Amino acid sequence: MIKTLARSIREYKKSSILTPLFVMLEVLFEVMIPFLMARLIDQGIDAGDMGVILRLGMLLLGAALVALTFGALSGRNAAIASAGFARNLRQDMFYNVQSFSFSNIDKFSTSSIITRLTTDVTNVQNSYQMLLRMAARSPIMLTFSLFAAFSINRRLSLIFLGAMPILAIGLFFIIKNAHPIFRQVFKTYDKLNNVVQENLRGIRVVKAYVREDHERDKFEDISQEIYEKFTKAEKLLAFNMPLIQFCMFGSMLLLSWFGARAIVASGNNPAIGLSTGQLMSLMTYTMQILMSLMMLSFVFVMITISRASAERIVEVLDEETDLRNNDNPVYEVEDGSIEFQNVSFCYSDKADKMALRDVNLKIRSGETIGIIGGTGSSKTSLIQLIPRLYDASRGLVKVGGRDVRDYDIKTLRDQVAVVLQKNVLFSGTIRENLRWGDVNASDDEIRRMAELAQADEFIRDFPDNYDTHIEQGGSNVSGGQKQRLTIARALLKKPKILILDDSTSAVDTRTDAFIKRAFMEEIPATTKLIIAQRVSSVQDADRIIVMDDGEIKAMGTHAELLADSEIYREVYESQVKGGMADA
Amino acid sequence: MPKPMGRGPRGMGPVKIKDINKGTVKRLLSYLGKYRVRLVFVVISIIISAFTGAIASLFLRTLIDDYITPMLIQANPDFSGLFRVILMMGGIYILGVLASLFYTRSMVTISQGVLKRIRDELFSKMQSLSIKYFDSRSHGDLMSHYTNDIDTLRQMLSQSLPQMFSSVVTIVAVMTAMLYLSLWMTGFVILFVFIVLKVVKTIAGRSGKYFVEQQKSLGDLNGYIEEMVNGLKVVKVFNHEEVVKQDFDIKNELLRDNSTKANQYANILMPIMMNLGYVLYVLLAIVGGVLAVGGVQNYSITGADIVTLGMIASFLQLSRNFIQPIAQVSQQLNAVVMAIAGAERIFNLMDQEPEIDDGYVTLVNASYENGEIVEAKERTHLWAWKHPHGDGSVTYTPLKGEVRFYDVDFGYNEDELVLHDITLYAEPGQKVAFVGATGAGKTTITNLINRFYDIADGKIRYDGINIKKIKKADLRRSLGIVLQDVNLFTGTVMDNIRYGRLDATDEECIEAAKLANADGFIRMLPDGYQTILTGDGGGLSQGQRQLLSIARAAVADPPVMILDEATSSIDTRTESIVQRGMDALMKGRTVFVIAHRLSTVQNSNVIMVLEKGRIIERGSHDDLVQEKGKYYQLYTGAFELD
Repeated sequence: MIKTLARSIREYKKSSILTPLFVMLEVLFEVMIPFLMARLIDQGIDAGDMGVILRLGMLLLGAALVALTFGALSGRNAAIASAGFARNLRQDMFYNVQSFSFSNIDKFSTSSIITRLTTDVTNVQNSYQMLLRMAARSPIMLTFSLFAAFSINRRLSLIFLGAMPILAIGLFFIIKNAHPIFRQVFKTYDKLNNVVQENLRGIRVVKAYVREDHERDKFEDISQEIYEKFTKAEKLLAFNMPLIQFCMFGSMLLLSWFGARAIVASGNNPAIGLSTGQLMSLMTYTMQILMSLMMLSFVFVMITISRASAERIVEVLDEETDLRNNDNPVYEVEDGSIEFQNVSFCYSDKADKMALRDVNLKIRSGETIGIIGGTGSSKTSLIQLIPRLYDASRGLVKVGGRDVRDYDIKTLRDQVAVVLQKNVLFSGTIRENLRWGDVNASDDEIRRMAELAQADEFIRDFPDNYDTHIEQGGSNVSGGQKQRLTIARALLKKPKILILDDSTSAVDTRTDAFIKRAFMEEIPATTKLIIAQRVSSVQDADRIIVMDDGEIKAMGTHAELLADSEIYREVYESQVKGGMADA
Repeated sequence: MPKPMGRGPRGMGPVKIKDINKGTVKRLLSYLGKYRVRLVFVVISIIISAFTGAIASLFLRTLIDDYITPMLIQANPDFSGLFRVILMMGGIYILGVLASLFYTRSMVTISQGVLKRIRDELFSKMQSLSIKYFDSRSHGDLMSHYTNDIDTLRQMLSQSLPQMFSSVVTIVAVMTAMLYLSLWMTGFVILFVFIVLKVVKTIAGRSGKYFVEQQKSLGDLNGYIEEMVNGLKVVKVFNHEEVVKQDFDIKNELLRDNSTKANQYANILMPIMMNLGYVLYVLLAIVGGVLAVGGVQNYSITGADIVTLGMIASFLQLSRNFIQPIAQVSQQLNAVVMAIAGAERIFNLMDQEPEIDDGYVTLVNASYENGEIVEAKERTHLWAWKHPHGDGSVTYTPLKGEVRFYDVDFGYNEDELVLHDITLYAEPGQKVAFVGATGAGKTTITNLINRFYDIADGKIRYDGINIKKIKKADLRRSLGIVLQDVNLFTGTVMDNIRYGRLDATDEECIEAAKLANADGFIRMLPDGYQTILTGDGGGLSQGQRQLLSIARAAVADPPVMILDEATSSIDTRTESIVQRGMDALMKGRTVFVIAHRLSTVQNSNVIMVLEKGRIIERGSHDDLVQEKGKYYQLYTGAFELD
């Protein structure tokens, strides 16, 4: 995990190394201060020598200023390193997400990808900064302080060797026991958020079924769980501070007792024993040693908390796209012919049911094919294999007489345009949205394609025409308008194959017919696959495929199918005759 | 409709004490009222703990001046006095440790208890708010009450408040101790602290400014990520990855820049505080040295004597204990102000007017006895409206499902009506359809029947009773609604169907699923009816989700059903099967249907064509086709709906 994350440090390696380095220098001067202090008291104040006081005082001031400078430098570098690291993490994740295949995308929910890119990265950024500053500081402080303490008086410093293990073991047990509880707390938090989110989204359902009390009970159960677990975990952590105080006070008392004896025995002479100034320095070091241990424990707590976030980030970084270019990809698609040879497909290895079974199909370049079938009959699955949005599990899919896996993916998708069922417009002007199809399209081209898609008319009714701003998700145009815009966008790619996945469902029948006619007249050479629920949308097609339960049940012209296919006939009758009249 | 999550900047700016709302603080304190007795002990413990710290610093002086120095000149030093004093200090320290253990643990219980209560009250309150309120708020904003706001409150209650209080006590204690030692030197320390605070304020201000910038660019980047990840499949289909990456990089870099600056200033604050502490230490040593060497008379609140070594030693130790709590207070203040701002937002929601429900007509189980309707305790499959009158008498009206609108006007806000003069009759057992363009008011009409919104003018009667007199919960219980956007809840498929009626048996749920034609696909799921749905039923297709929501409505078994584009994602063949089942279920009941597909509404008893909030045509399919009006145009495709 750490290796994967560390790859994102890159150009911020310098700052990441400089930070602990500056911290080290800062600490070095900080530790010197009590040392100098002892001498100032002994040789200056005690001896009443003003000259020494001033000289050592200046030295001390200098040390403090140097420590401050290094402290500021380390703070600055820590900020640079952690913000940069976070930027790279976001970038690496986002780039990797862009390389995901459809099946990779299916694996993560959209909202989880977003949380990972935002909240989780922020968590890791904060811990990284903490780690650089504190994790370096504590051990260095500890070492320096211990060293300084020992150099003052070896025997008295043995007290630390007694206090430190007690503190370390105590902290270890606290964290070890609290960590699993905290993990549970976070999981319960997820549950709580989920209940609130579902409640907000489904508030109309909740109210319509008068389920407010039911929801309240659900919420309060989880809320209670959080209360219990959180209290348990925090109560454990509450031992931290008293434990540290206990060790600190204990050490200070022992120091006082043995220190006093040593001073008295040596007659306050640092040369043979201990001086009062030295005793004071030792007291200061006691605080520093124990405080640095406490900070270390704090770092551990932070890391355990952000570990969950780091794991979630790594999951995205480690996800490898399962669609790759061949070694020698083909950059040219011959024509718009399509062939399926014994194709079977399922969305995941675990699914026990195939979405498509043994599909055989041959479509000539320039043909118009309609696809009809019930909910869940795998119409969409069928067409998604053509631009290689998914790879077939078994069998061969060919475009232009070649296996789709031979092509460069970009080339293939440029030639096979799909208007997805769940389509999206992006915030920006209509023109900008349409240019997704062709970045270099001229205004005339854009208008022509909009005309084909029967969109030009309503676009021109907007006050700003083609410069009308589309809100995020296209919420300011109607469903039918949105569908026509997405068709125009796909047309601008000038593809050899055009696939419409139920893309005119919100368009009225007349406009639908205009669109189909424009296709026939204006882009006759393009192979057109049209999935529809309305028979009227496909009845003029060259051939119509009838799908049911992952299989092609029938194929032929409208007239042929009416005669031969029972399913087709049923669908046709349910629509044309008003279907439910007999009920 | 879920709105995009609003993650805009919130309350991260430079904070000031004067921004704190006193009312909010009072209200927050009222939550602590329950723990009054405990809090008294907490306060005492904090004071004990803080004083222990101060005494520890003073002890150094006693140690040096009263014991070590005198003993140095004794021929045979007697350590028993020192031993006693150390034992006594040990006792004080243990008391201090116990006190701090007690208050931290108590504060955990108190703060978590308060948070749980606030959380529960918040959610409970939210359930009682009207749909109108939810229309005006983004989900992201409401969610952040449960995440951000509660979290900052937790930090404040369990950490910042005790720490700040303890810091203040320490400051007071240390100040007293300092005054006790020397007036001169205390004055010097106070002067120095003022300078330090000035520096802190400048830096904190800079940092705050960039934190606001950081939040802004973070919000911007979040929005972009959200849009692009939601549209990822489209990005892929159009080979647009590179363009998207470039835009992303620009926003990402801006965030990095602001984040670096904000953190930089925040990071520098601590070393500055700490090292200024050292500077004070040195300056004190020099001042103290000058005083001691010069033999200057020392004044303290206890009187005057000469400057001693022990006094300076203690004073130096105290000065460190003085700077630290000040640094802590200045750091925690930020957290406190932010938490109170969060509490204000929470209380703001709690203060919203709940959905008004002054209805008194209730829905009860009923049975016929001697041709008279009487109330029944058990489920009888026969329902009646229980109508208490002013004179104390009670009448029962059988629930039939007759709905009548009389000249109804409605607007989402007062100055803009979206429905005008709607008059309609739906007899029990009739199927009434609404057809019209987006925004014509179809859904709005159905939302008035179940009182998601209240009408501006006119009257709606349900089985002859003005719906304003009917208790909302009972009114809604008598209406089944299936919406176009299906919302499923985390839980098994069975749980989701049972949401329609909580006491439905498994058999009844399966029966309803069969009726909705959902049984087939449910059995194909890995665990059938026990399959757990997560993330709003993410694995199911839109059509399957609609079938589930129809099953959910079917199990509720209501006399009136509202289908709002309920079958829009189901293919026509499956739809006609579902429709047959539904029609069997709804025999003798009233159904309101909104559909885009005309084939769905053709067999309705009455079709209402709506335009701009008015009913412009009404009649059966055949009538309307003959009329050759708008409906006819729609039917023949000469006119489009959107």
